[in-house]
Amino acid sequence: MKPAAFSYHRPETISDALALLAEHGDVGKIIAGGQSLVPSMNFRLARPETLIDMNAIAEIAGIEDRGDTLVIGAMTRHAAFHTPVCDGPTGAMLTRVVGNIAHYPIRQRGTFGGSLCHADPASEWCLVAATFDAAMEIHGQDGMREVGAADFFKGTFTTAVGGDELLARIHLPKLPEGWGTGFYEFSRRRGDFALAMAVAALKVEGGKIADARLGVGAVAAHGLRLETLEQALTGQPATEETIAEVAAQVPGLVKPSGDIHGSAEYRRDLAQAVVRRALNAALADCAVPA
Amino acid sequence: MTDAPADLANANAIGRSLRRIEDRPLLTGQAAFAADLRVEGQVHMRVVRSPVAFGRITEIDVDEALELPGVIAVWTHADVAALPQIDFRMTRIEGLGPYRQWVLARDFVRYVGEPMAVVFAETGFAAEDAADLIFAEIDELDAHLSATADPVEVYPGVETGLLSEPAVIRKGAGDVDAAFAAADRVVELEVAVGRHTGVPLETRGALAQHDPDSDVVTMMGAAKVPHYNRGAIATMLGLPTDKVQLSEQHVGGGFGIRGELYPEDVLVCHAARVLGRPIRWIEDRKEHLLAANHSRDQAYRLRAAVDPEGVILGLDAAFYTDQGAYVRTHGGTVTDLAAAMLPGPYRIPAYRVAGHIRLTNKTPAGTYRAPGRFESTFARERLMDEIADQCGLSRSEVRRRNLIPEAAMPFDRQIDTLGTHLVYDSGKYADLLERFRTMLDLDRTEDALAERRDAGEMAGCGLGFFVEKSGLGPDDLVRLHLSGDGTIRIVTGVASVGQGVETTLAQVCAGTLGIGIDGIEVIHGQTSLIEKGMGAFATRVTVMAGSAVKIAAEALIAKATEAAAKALGADPADLTFDAGRVSGPSGALTLAEAAQAAGGEIVAEGLFETTHMTYPYGIHFAQVSVDPETCGVTIERYAVAYDIGRMVNPMLVEGQLVGAVAQGVGGALLEEFVYDEAGQPLATSLADYLMPTAMEMPEVELLIREDAPSPINPLGVKGAGEGGINGAGAALAGAVSQALGRRVDRLPMTPERIYRWIRG
Ligand SMILES: Cc1cc2nc3c(=O)[nH]c(=O)nc-3n(C[C@H](O)[C@H](O)[C@H](O)COP(=O)(O)OP(=O)(O)OC[C@H]3O[C@@H](n4cnc5c(N)ncnc54)[C@H](O)[C@@H]3O)c2cc1C
Repeated sequence: MKPAAFSYHRPETISDALALLAEHGDVGKIIAGGQSLVPSMNFRLARPETLIDMNAIAEIAGIEDRGDTLVIGAMTRHAAFHTPVCDGPTGAMLTRVVGNIAHYPIRQRGTFGGSLCHADPASEWCLVAATFDAAMEIHGQDGMREVGAADFFKGTFTTAVGGDELLARIHLPKLPEGWGTGFYEFSRRRGDFALAMAVAALKVEGGKIADARLGVGAVAAHGLRLETLEQALTGQPATEETIAEVAAQVPGLVKPSGDIHGSAEYRRDLAQAVVRRALNAALADCAVPA
Repeated sequence: MTDAPADLANANAIGRSLRRIEDRPLLTGQAAFAADLRVEGQVHMRVVRSPVAFGRITEIDVDEALELPGVIAVWTHADVAALPQIDFRMTRIEGLGPYRQWVLARDFVRYVGEPMAVVFAETGFAAEDAADLIFAEIDELDAHLSATADPVEVYPGVETGLLSEPAVIRKGAGDVDAAFAAADRVVELEVAVGRHTGVPLETRGALAQHDPDSDVVTMMGAAKVPHYNRGAIATMLGLPTDKVQLSEQHVGGGFGIRGELYPEDVLVCHAARVLGRPIRWIEDRKEHLLAANHSRDQAYRLRAAVDPEGVILGLDAAFYTDQGAYVRTHGGTVTDLAAAMLPGPYRIPAYRVAGHIRLTNKTPAGTYRAPGRFESTFARERLMDEIADQCGLSRSEVRRRNLIPEAAMPFDRQIDTLGTHLVYDSGKYADLLERFRTMLDLDRTEDALAERRDAGEMAGCGLGFFVEKSGLGPDDLVRLHLSGDGTIRIVTGVASVGQGVETTLAQVCAGTLGIGIDGIEVIHGQTSLIEKGMGAFATRVTVMAGSAVKIAAEALIAKATEAAAKALGADPADLTFDAGRVSGPSGALTLAEAAQAAGGEIVAEGLFETTHMTYPYGIHFAQVSVDPETCGVTIERYAVAYDIGRMVNPMLVEGQLVGAVAQGVGGALLEEFVYDEAGQPLATSLADYLMPTAMEMPEVELLIREDAPSPINPLGVKGAGEGGINGAGAALAGAVSQALGRRVDRLPMTPERIYRWIRG
């Protein structure tokens, strides 16, 4: 369980990193927290000849609150979200989510950007990005481009980030005050990748659901925003009955694959349960006075 | 503790939760495990393992690997053809011989992970790089993966007629046919336990060095059975026994699987001699999950003849052990124990069993904590629940009616196991059940759960009543060295796998001598320091070595008394020994003074021999709720009742029981080696082979009793090692079954399986 030989660079700026990526082409690989990459190198499933370490690039670490958007530097560690990074529903939601990512030591090292680029179907941050329509700031030789979540996630472990590009920042639109959020995940053990998970946000006005965000993860190639169900919820009575009815449509919308931890059939049904529970949690969160 | 011998009743070291001697080096980071060992000039060994489950090797190309800088040698079977197959340590049954494993695969590979070649290189990195360059051409054959399917040929086309059923172990007593003829009803059940094993946090590892002057090869990193393995390695290498020495360091968990003789142990010793350099091998986790013994994986078919009161008149059983690709050092041990212990704590006057050892193309299997008992207790206790349901009895009542009464002790089952006659030495089974019922408030608990089920919840509880075995002979030797400064060194051939051997033996010594444990040092697992030792398995150390220490300490008292008599000019008969002092009318000597009087040292020996095992027993209780949507199981309450005969150190007993429960929870709910149809293992890392963590572990309530001390050893002790896992699968399955309101016939109870059960 030792990686194949590699060389190592530690650039301090985005442009130096891009230059290294250009130089090493196909055999170069970015390392962020290393929590996904290093295990796969030790199993020799990944054999990069060159590692380009992002850890010294100060400009892509940390979080900036721009009022309506949270700008998350790619190198921001999972642990940064253990306490709310901003006031309001989004900060609270991220704190609810982060405790489900791996274990405490891994959260000290693993990064938000690393999770997005790794694009595990069961990544919590990918689900958040997909559901709340984050925009990913990708830098390359030709400059910078922003890619919305809908176009960013291409499939299992694949994203819009090219081999000579890097993800610098994630622009996450914030939920305005008044929204309630909920997250529910089921995994075999505490800290394991989810077998299914859902994140939900609801805005309730006059006993009715005025607006909704809903996403489900680990039951398709990548986290899915369920826009049809958001629409189905909107305008309906803000009740658990509404939620149960809408959640019943989930099995038809997801395409889980089976593995040794659960068959596709089981995960389809599980998806319905986690969606209902996340929505119920969001509903309960709405009722909590601010 | 009415039966305790008088001298021990007064001693203060036995029966107290003294802190572990072994913890200081562990807590201060001084302790060395196998991977901490490094020597000048060491060579790294890397094993190249079969990527396929079954096939004929046509060629192994090692040329490219040999050219890599830093590579010293690459071996395949041809290079070690002189080494015989690895032989059996235990339960050698007629006919098993042809099923033994070679050190490196010869002609065939029979499981993914089988050693096919081995690389020696200057660094671990170079060794792994070279291993990557070795390409084996293998004509793949269809993998045989079911132990219940009809046997197939093991080496097709080569050894015709050698089938994948090496042996069937049959046992029995009483007239089974008559029992079924007289039965009111016949209760039938098929159940199975999944493939899982003990996974010590420390993977296997070794460092072997050859000293050209003495021609002795020393292997550090030994565990469990150093003396046996030393003899076996010497035999395989064609050396006199004293040319091989094994040395145990701190061991990070054994659980039965660590320390058996594996191909890698032989390879490091052989290579140290052939290459003339120290050889270091540290297994990685993936290798460990592919190459170290698997266990469990048994399927049972049970038929019970039951009378109108729910009493079992006879039991007719067949079961299949999925032994994997080869029969390893344990021979037929697991199957033999399962066959012998299946009836457990119940009378069952007529019993017949056929235990089939079946080979498949999976990692070979061996013993894992409570081997054959975790499985057979699960099967039997599922049967008891079934009988309870069919006869309309409560689960505790059906058990109570079948228990062996105290008056029948010692109870002779009329069968043999591990070469000993199976006689339960002592037990108050019904009494323990009653105490446990009271502690759990079982009737009220069951009513409350029934109410929850009526209200639509899935909640239930289960019991797993079991008999354990402990203290396998034939003997153990210890030598006590008392120095002039009063310190005592205990040298024993038993091994420590982290269970607290040093503390336990020191306490027995201190208790017998009436002194504190501070000046007592315990040396174990070193073949160069004592000529024999049976090792650490079968929950035997406290019983066997503990008894030997007591005998040795008594011999030491006699010798100290003699020395004091001379020094004091007294008649030994006038001297008394108490609290570490020999006193008489004309004065008194401490142990230190006695040693000085004897010339600076007194050495005393104790040999404890036995032909019978001792049988502790207990009950597991689990209460669970099942989430009908996620199909996850929450353990709401867990308790173990256990009669250990006598405790040397209650804290260590509790630790053994609770730690074993954790592994039981793993086997019942989480851990499983899953294979695909081609025989590729799908759980080869700890991300897929799910071991319980602290987050999955319930609080464990313990009811430890000393009501039935063993009459067959001088301490009255029975072991603590395996009772904490034995009944876990049974109790948890009983609980899940009650929660779901349907038969639960398979472990582990994964969400997927629960999903299927709920949906019928
Ligand atoms: C035991 C365990 C349990 C885990 N459980 C979970 C879990 O429940 N949920 C979960 O989401 N994750 C889980 N993880 C994964 C963990 O969250 C990782 O930290 C994360 O997936 C990757 O982040 P990283 O910073 O470690 O990335 P790395 O491992 O360093 O890199 C991952 C990949 O992303 C690429 N990459 C990284 N940063 C960039 C960038 N800025 N631009 C372009 N490419 C980049 C790398 O080249 C690599 O291909 C677990 C990990 C372990 C070891």
